[in-house]
This record gives sequence, C-alpha cells and structure tokens, in this order.
Amino acid sequence: MNLPRRKFDTLIIGAGGGGLRAALQLSQADARVAVVSKVFPTRSHTVAAQGGVNAALANVLPDNWHWHMFDTVKGSDYLGDQDAIEYMCRAAPQAVYELEHFGVPFSRQQDGRIYQRRFGGQSRDFGGEQAARTCAAADRTGHAILHTLYQQNLRAKTHFFDEFFAIDLVRDREGYILGAFVMEIATGEVMIIEAKTTLIATGGVGQLFRTNTNALINTGDGMAMALRAGIPLQDMEFVQFHPTGIAGKGMLISEGARGEGGFLVNCEGERFMERYAPQAKDLASRDVVSRAIATEIRGGRGCGPGKDHVLLRLDHLDSDMIRKRLPAIRDMVLTFLHLDLCDTPAPVAPTVHYTMGGIPTNRFGQVVVPENQGPEETMPGLYAAGECACVSVHGGNRLGGNSLLDILVFGRAAANHIIGYLAENRYHRPMSDEEAEKSMARLARWDKRGEGESIDGLRTELGNVMEDYCGVFRTEEILKEGISRVEELVRRMDDATLKDHSRIFNTARVEAMELENLMDVALATVISAYSRKESRGAHSRMDYPDRDDLHWLRHSLYFREDRSIDYKPVRTKPLSVDAFPPKARTY
Amino acid sequence: MQFSIYRFNPETDRKPYMQEYVLEESAIRPGMMLLDALLAIKAGDDTLGFRRSCGEGVCGSDGMNINGRNGLACITPLNELKTPIVIRPLPGLPVIRDLIVDMEVFYRQYRAVRPWLINNDPVPEVEHRQSPSEREQLDGLYECILCACCSTSCPSFWWNPDKFLGPASLLQAWRFLADSRDQAANERLDELDGPFRLFRCHTIMNCVDVCPKGLNPTRAIGHIKELMVKQSF
Repeated sequence: MNLPRRKFDTLIIGAGGGGLRAALQLSQADARVAVVSKVFPTRSHTVAAQGGVNAALANVLPDNWHWHMFDTVKGSDYLGDQDAIEYMCRAAPQAVYELEHFGVPFSRQQDGRIYQRRFGGQSRDFGGEQAARTCAAADRTGHAILHTLYQQNLRAKTHFFDEFFAIDLVRDREGYILGAFVMEIATGEVMIIEAKTTLIATGGVGQLFRTNTNALINTGDGMAMALRAGIPLQDMEFVQFHPTGIAGKGMLISEGARGEGGFLVNCEGERFMERYAPQAKDLASRDVVSRAIATEIRGGRGCGPGKDHVLLRLDHLDSDMIRKRLPAIRDMVLTFLHLDLCDTPAPVAPTVHYTMGGIPTNRFGQVVVPENQGPEETMPGLYAAGECACVSVHGGNRLGGNSLLDILVFGRAAANHIIGYLAENRYHRPMSDEEAEKSMARLARWDKRGEGESIDGLRTELGNVMEDYCGVFRTEEILKEGISRVEELVRRMDDATLKDHSRIFNTARVEAMELENLMDVALATVISAYSRKESRGAHSRMDYPDRDDLHWLRHSLYFREDRSIDYKPVRTKPLSVDAFPPKARTY
Repeated sequence: MQFSIYRFNPETDRKPYMQEYVLEESAIRPGMMLLDALLAIKAGDDTLGFRRSCGEGVCGSDGMNINGRNGLACITPLNELKTPIVIRPLPGLPVIRDLIVDMEVFYRQYRAVRPWLINNDPVPEVEHRQSPSEREQLDGLYECILCACCSTSCPSFWWNPDKFLGPASLLQAWRFLADSRDQAANERLDELDGPFRLFRCHTIMNCVDVCPKGLNPTRAIGHIKELMVKQSF
C-alpha cells in the first residue's frame, strides 16, 4: 500500500513545554516544523506543574548559578552529569527571562521583578542557608508557561498535528531515524511524517503506577518508541515519589506549599522532618522527605484509621497569603477533600511523580547510544528533551523546580543543535515503502476480534504490580518477583482484544497502544531497579542501604531486545568549573 | 447508579441515541467524581468515547454537558448529581463521536484574537518590570483552560459561531489588553469592532455560570466595551 506522506524539516513528537519550546525556536529560525501531539497542546501534562521554575535570578535572596549547580548535583545524589547540569544552571536565568518576554504572567514582588519562592533542596553558598530560586506564576506556573508557549507558536505559525498518535519511529537500515508513522485519532487514517530531524518530547510515564500525580496521558510513548527502535533507556530505576500527593488519590500538592511555610506532622503531631533533616527540615530533597514519610508510616506513626499517611499543615499561615500564593492548590483540596487548607491539614503520602530516567542524550539533546566507538555515539538527526529524556541533569533524584527548567533549557538547546544540523543536511534521506510500512503491524494487531484479556484489566494489574514490587523500599526478592509478574503481564498482552474496531476516534485502540508502551517501560524500570545493588537518590534498596560510589557511580542502560542491562560512566567533569566530588548527603 | 449517555458513531449509527448504563453501588466510592464513573463504565464498554487527561481540572479535556449544564467531569462530584445522570457532548459543536466534539471553531475563535503578547520595544536583558497591582489585572483571566464550557453554553455562540468570537476568546482578548506589557491595544480593539465579534454578547451570563475555574468572561467583555468607548473619544 502507498501510505500518504508529509515532509518537514523537523518532526517534534509531543506538545508539552519541551516540544513547544523547541518548536518555537525552530519556527523562529524559519525551519519547517511539524508538532505531533495525541492531545490538543494545552492539554499536555506541563499544564499541571504548580510550584515554579528554578533560576538563580537573585530577586529575593542572594543567589548564583554555581550554587544552583551544587544543589542540583547534590540533589541528584551525584548521578547527574555535571557538564549538563552546569549548562542548565547557567542557562536558567535567560530561559526564564525569555518566558517573561513571551508573556508568562509571573507573580511579582514589590519592585516589579519576578517573584521567587523557597523550594526543596535549595541552598546559598554551597549547602548553607535556604535559597529562594523558584520563579512562580502563583501555583499555576506550568499552566502559564504551556499556554504562553502555545500562543507564541501560533504567532510563529508552527504546524500542529493535534490529536495525532505517533505509533513508531521509522528507522532505515543504516540506523537513521527518518520520521514517524502516525495516526490521526479522529479518522483512524495513518500516514508517514518524513523529517530530516526528529525530536522526542513525549514526557514521563507516571501511569506505570497505581497511584500517581500524573495525567492519564503520561504513558511513556516516546520512551517505548525509542526502545523499539533499538535505543536503550537510561537510569529507569530512578522514579521520583513526591512527598505530598493527596493520600489515596494522588493529586499533587506542590512543594511550594512547604516553600511558603507549610510542614508535615505525624500522628503524634510531631514535626518529624526535624529528625531526618535538621537543617532543611521540610524542604530537604524530595527523596529524603518521601523516605522519611514512608519510614514514619512503617513505624506506626502514620495518621488516619489506616495509619497510612501524614498531615501537611498550612493552618498556621496567613490565609490571605495562601489565597494569593497557593490559590489553585487550595481550590483542588476543597474540591477533592472538602477541606480548606487555611484551617485544616491535608492527608498526604509519597506518590509517584516523575521519571528521572529516559532516552539517553547529551547536553545538545542528541540521542546517544553505545556503539563501536564508545558509550555515547550520537544518532544523527535524532533528539530527545524533557522528562522522556535523560541528559542527565536529575541523576538519582530531581529537585523541585528543575523539571520546568529542564524542558525549557534542553528544548531550546535541541532546537539550536537541530538548526545547525539542518544547515549541513539539506535533503531528506530516501525512505523505502518497506521501511515506512513496518509499523503497520503494530496497529493492525488491534483489529483482532473475539474474547480476550481486557486492556483495562491488564493496565490495572500493571499499576498494582509496579506499586507493590517496585515502590519506595525495594529488595532483591521483591524486585525479582516484580520482574516475573510484569513478564507475565507482557505475555498476556498477546491475548488482549478490543470490542471497539471503529476507525472514528477510537480511544480504546489508543489506550491499547499506550498500554503496550507502558509494558515496555515497566520492564525497563523493574529490571533496572533489580540490577542496581545500592541505594542512591530515589532508588532505595533495603538489602543495599548505602550508596556505593566505587561500583555504582554509573548510569544504567536497559535494552529491550534481550532485556539486558549495560552501564556507562557518569560525566563528572563540568564545562568550566571544578567538579563536585561525591560526598555524604545530609540536609 | 443510572446513567444516560449520548452515543453516536458516524461509521455505524444513522443517528444519535441515548444509552443507559448502570454502575453498581458497590463500585461507587466516597468522593468519586463523574470522570471516575465514566472510566468505570468504559472499563466495561471500551466503545464509549470521551476525552480526558489530567483528572484534576487543569487540562480542560473533559468538558461535557452534565444534567443539562456544561462542566468538567473530573471535578464534578458524583453525589451532587441527580440520577439518572444525563450526559451529552458540549452543545453547539459538531459531534465527532459520542461525547467528543470537533473543537476547531472554538480554537479558530481563540486564534482570531491573537492571544499572544505583543511588545515592540527592544528586548531587555532581564524581565520587564510589572508591579504587583499591574499583575493583579491578569488574575481571573490567564487561568482559562480552554475547555469550551463557556462558549458552548452561550446562545450568541450557538447562533453565530462564525461571527461572534465567544466568551472564551473574548476573555483572552481582555487578558492581553489588560497586560501592562502589551502594546497592541489599538489594533486589538479595532479587530474587535463591528456588530458581531464582540457586540453579539447579550450578557446572558451562562458563561459565568458554568466556568469550572470560576472566571467571568462577561465582566471581561464589559471591560473591553468600556475601553472601546474611552478610545473613541
């Protein structure tokens, strides 16, 4: 069959903040850009980011990029690549000023400059007093950024393919990525988008776990596409648990709530973070706070009838301040819990929030894989940015406020590199029909009729298995069981069938392909977690409770083909300053 | 709990119909939202089509008509709804399938107000200064999530979707007119002039009534009209 084809200079898969920041840079440089998104761009999950974006503007307290860099390296539990971290922290102020120029309605302080709040893991002077580095638009910063970037892309006349689902990358025999095989969801029509360069910006994979803070669309599509194209995923064992998801429900309460003065208490009313992090207390790094909460709960000091959560208190703060700085969070808690944070504490528990791992890239956003020449050979023309990528600036644990920064800085960096690449590679590589049509089978498979496993049932089981066998505290035994249970679910996927075989806006078929993606990423996650025999950042092994820099100061790489793990060194050398060598991590 | 849900698949159905669903009481948990119920129904019938994403009222995907009133399924508590719960697609837009409407008209209206900051000064090295009180002018405006609950509840939009811009777009028009950093007020006002684009608003205020974020497009439209009057003198 002859698939319809469209040709662009650059294909961007995903229309969250990373994809849109890149698209804007490219459109302004007169490149022909296609942005493919399975939802209308402003529905992307960036919209849900609350607290803000880190940049050492020093608007509120003294600050500089080097302190930001130190905090990020320490926060990463020294697994972050220090060249990329230096690059990001140096670029941060400019990235935020650009957003302001684009129109983001940042909150302001009296002198008219951007308001910055305190966030976890931030310090002045390399581990000293608390810093205030997080630039905020009330508690709707992600919404403000995503809408503004979309607006600027409308102005720049970026070409959007809204509600198109990217099924697979198209790769030729020599390994070049030539674009993607996509489906228009509304009509079920398929086509090929040919591009000289492709940027994957599909976000994270929180839907792997039963309880998470993520949107239902966060199914790791780009990560799984990369795996199927033979690209490994890096550091997938590092899954961030946010300390303050609403207990049992999962909605996020921003770290900004603690940044503005809130704190956590156990059933005895004790402000327990003072014991775990004497200096930073409730604003220690997320992995530290989440582990502390989990430890309190395991120790029988949880709250409520099930003793399964702790309480976040804001009732001691000025209620006008809460209404002004945290209006959306207060509304959300009112909506979902019928209680007012101004006078009642909220039940919270560590909740899956962010994927530190992802598609390995360098600081230009180029996808890098181990080949003959070394562990980080670039794949010409292929890029990834944002949560789906692993640069790695977050290492074993991401700091709050660094994810919006990541998407802005590396979305733009990738676009800038692409502009250079396009200047040197003026023509599309030829794509044969055979290469184009390889992905057809993945779609056609869902035409199978008859009784079979249900997608919804398998997805629920996967979420339960990942939560029970790949959670906050891990051991060899638990993870081993987790691997075999996920493998069993992967086998059962073969028997799944759909009732819906319509071509018109078939959401069942999209969800089935999303679940296939989740399954691939689940294996990557649980096998990577099983393989790393140490505790670092968010990866906490009860059987290996200590960080082991001698053996494990290295990135893991998971390959789908034989479900194997390989490793590569951490880039400990920054661009211009001295390296921060690993130290004991206290807050 | 009983549901009556609008169904239509142009591939197989000659015309739309209402399908009855029952959710067992045992499946209903305290604090459940309408979206949770729809997901539970879809688990048993994967052919039911609706959009959804964030599940907490910030992405704007799951606008629908719930017991005659537009709202977001994910922040509509189940126990506040009279049964049988009647769910239809947002009115006034073409239905693609089931509860999924074609929102192109709505998005076109949004693009028509040029919803982006226009500032022709040389780009400063740092941020533009904006005082807290100038910034406060944007509260109640920038929070729009483009769910279309307002525009599709507006009779003026139903009659003239091609000429009247609708409450959501006009709210965004005012968001940029009200921004101390924007320098295109005259052009923006000129573009809104005429009998339809802005002035077809008859202050029926359905938009205010249904906005899931508590925003007030009617007031924004009033501000634009005031500004137009001021400019004409």
